[in-house]
Amino acid sequence: MLKLDKVTKIYRVGTFGGKELHAVSEVSFEVRDREVVSLIGESGSGKSTIGKMILHLVSISDGSILLDDLDVAALKGEALKEYYRKVQGVFQDPFSSYNPIFKADRIFQTIHDEFYPDVSAGEWSAKVERTLKDVGLNPEHVLDKFPHQLSGGQLQRFLIARALLLDIKFLVADEIISMLDASTRIDVLNLLAGLKELGLSILFITHDLSLANYISERAVILYRGCVAEMGATEKIFTNPRHPYTQMLIASVPRLDRKWEAQASVESKCAPTGYASGCVYYDRCPLAFGKCKRRPIPLEIEPGHFVACWKAAEPPV
Amino acid sequence: MGLQVENLTIYYQTLSGDVRALENATFSLEGGEIMGLAGESGCGKTTLGHSLIFLAPPMKYVGGRVLLDGEELPIQDMEKMNEFRFRDISIIPQYAMNALNPIRKIGRMTEELLQAKKVDFKAVLPELKRRLDLVKLPHDVLDLYPIELSGGMKQRMVMVVSTLLDPSLLIADEITSALDVASQKAVAEMLVEFRDQDCCKSAIVITHDISILYQIADSIMIMYAGQVAEKASTRTIIHSPRHPYTKLLISSLPEIGVKYSERQLTGIPGKPPLLLDPPPGCRFRDRCPIAFDKCLEVPPFVEIEKGHFVACWKEAGNA
Ligand SMILES: Nc1ncnc2c1ncn2[C@@H]1O[C@H](COP(=O)(O)OP(=O)(O)O)[C@@H](O)[C@H]1O
Ligand SMILES: Nc1ncnc2c1ncn2[C@@H]1O[C@H](COP(=O)(O)OP(=O)(O)O)[C@@H](O)[C@H]1O
Ligand code: SF4
Ligand SMILES: [Mg+2]
Ligand SMILES: [Mg+2]
Repeated sequence: MLKLDKVTKIYRVGTFGGKELHAVSEVSFEVRDREVVSLIGESGSGKSTIGKMILHLVSISDGSILLDDLDVAALKGEALKEYYRKVQGVFQDPFSSYNPIFKADRIFQTIHDEFYPDVSAGEWSAKVERTLKDVGLNPEHVLDKFPHQLSGGQLQRFLIARALLLDIKFLVADEIISMLDASTRIDVLNLLAGLKELGLSILFITHDLSLANYISERAVILYRGCVAEMGATEKIFTNPRHPYTQMLIASVPRLDRKWEAQASVESKCAPTGYASGCVYYDRCPLAFGKCKRRPIPLEIEPGHFVACWKAAEPPV
Repeated sequence: MGLQVENLTIYYQTLSGDVRALENATFSLEGGEIMGLAGESGCGKTTLGHSLIFLAPPMKYVGGRVLLDGEELPIQDMEKMNEFRFRDISIIPQYAMNALNPIRKIGRMTEELLQAKKVDFKAVLPELKRRLDLVKLPHDVLDLYPIELSGGMKQRMVMVVSTLLDPSLLIADEITSALDVASQKAVAEMLVEFRDQDCCKSAIVITHDISILYQIADSIMIMYAGQVAEKASTRTIIHSPRHPYTKLLISSLPEIGVKYSERQLTGIPGKPPLLLDPPPGCRFRDRCPIAFDKCLEVPPFVEIEKGHFVACWKEAGNA
């Protein structure tokens, strides 16, 4: 349903915008109907930028994003409003999405005024209450409260409920549980997984690999704006082929086994200008001559893509 | 040797009354022990860490005492604590790396900090460099501004400085929380290395991420709503916890192999009580699946096996 084709985002930075920052480079992947795809990467790798391009919040420098053949970049006016009925985003910090001087449920009123002015007040409240129950909240406990009277998990569910009031088809969930505690986290994850069963597609943006594995069918590993590896979550976790993915998976703290003694290679600095070679070159233990050219994602087994010259070679 | 905390009770004074953030905490750390301190946000982890070294208003000492290597720490007295702070007990506060002054070079900042503690910078410089080698930071970080360092590098720099005088106890508050997994691993392993090299004798590692503690901690203490719930070896807490809260907490963690489609994990219904006016007795009572009448009284923190302490009435008989 949603298809990204060689999507690129270049920010102008520095004094007078004299420098280029390649935040996202030629990223292609798709999210099918009723599918949860995880977008995984360390901070600064371009995850939110991709989410914002999908939500038409930042412009696309090159490439295209299609929702059921509709070109997202070209949308404006009424067509864009129509798009937002179908596609919504929920972001990391639930607190910043609320104005502390208004009651939290005001966000539902805004949707009513903007998208459904013809629905009567009574009918609307009934719909809000139903949706709150769908996201596991008791309307009596959470309506008519100020943001500080609600927990992070409750506020996060409010935002998901707002998205659902629009009968959306596609949700961009950008690090929505990293602010939540372990015990609430799992409830919000289960909620998302349940929504998928009701027909929603989700782009689940995270830096937490265990969460991604728990919820998604497919995963895209992003490194400095480029896709390093993507495929079935299962495959990525059990048979990672990109040296970056391998290092990531070995670094995840797990409860079933201890870290191996192997050193993890940390990122040294933020990305800057365009790299003509592999973006992982300076950290990569396997780098060789060929890596000075940028590797293209190669399908090493059905549906499993790896952008690494070494992984593309037959094993010796 | 090590740390002993007895009945430590710390409140916050607010206009609406006392926030009872730490109630009757009793536990100890042996020399060489890395103890993880975990629990949901707001349960009092930072309060406990801070009260041991920097007990300033609105934080208020209500009772209890703290011994470090057999000597009582004057925690109520900010002035008297100066003598111990940084030398005997040191803290890496939550968000420390964001608090670095952006317009001061790292070296200059370190020098000023040491001066404030009346330590001769020149004299400790060789040791400082040796420690930079230990954490694999090039010596020229001293000439860089904080913005030029990645999160992991900044965090290691903060670690080096806070342990420069070999404190007996290091308190590290959420030092891995803002880092990506590769840096998390590096920083966490560095902490163990520091202990092994005697840069600090023992450490309290505060985090909400229990899987990191599983990797590096010798023991784990779990707090709930201002009360200590359980303390035991890392193995015991992860594999055979006895407090109902610990059990639920551990089982709600998504491990890497677990998938929603195969096994659905569950959270803990309900939410922790407000600490402004917490309910009497065990504060976990209204979420606890096995609570009974006795739980209206505060459960004692008893040792049910060697080194395994639990505050739950269902376990009190096993002491
Ligand atoms: N509005 C902007 N102007 C300039 N640079 C930006 C802007 N937004 C993000 N960036 C940069 O783009 C890169 C990717 O950022 P982002 O998409 O937020 O990454 P992530 O969500 O993975 O942490 C970062 O280097 C960031 O500093
Ligand atoms: N300065 C303060 N004034 C009043 N209450 C506070 C203050 N700091 C923390 N608290 C309260 O004390 C409790 C424990 O907080 P804290 O120790 O920061 O928890 P944690 O570190 O486990 O997240 C919380 O209920 C919090 O709201
Ligand atoms: S003391 Fe009672 S309420 Fe508290 S954990 Fe034990 S059984 Fe549950
Ligand atoms: Mg982001
Ligand atoms: Mg804290």
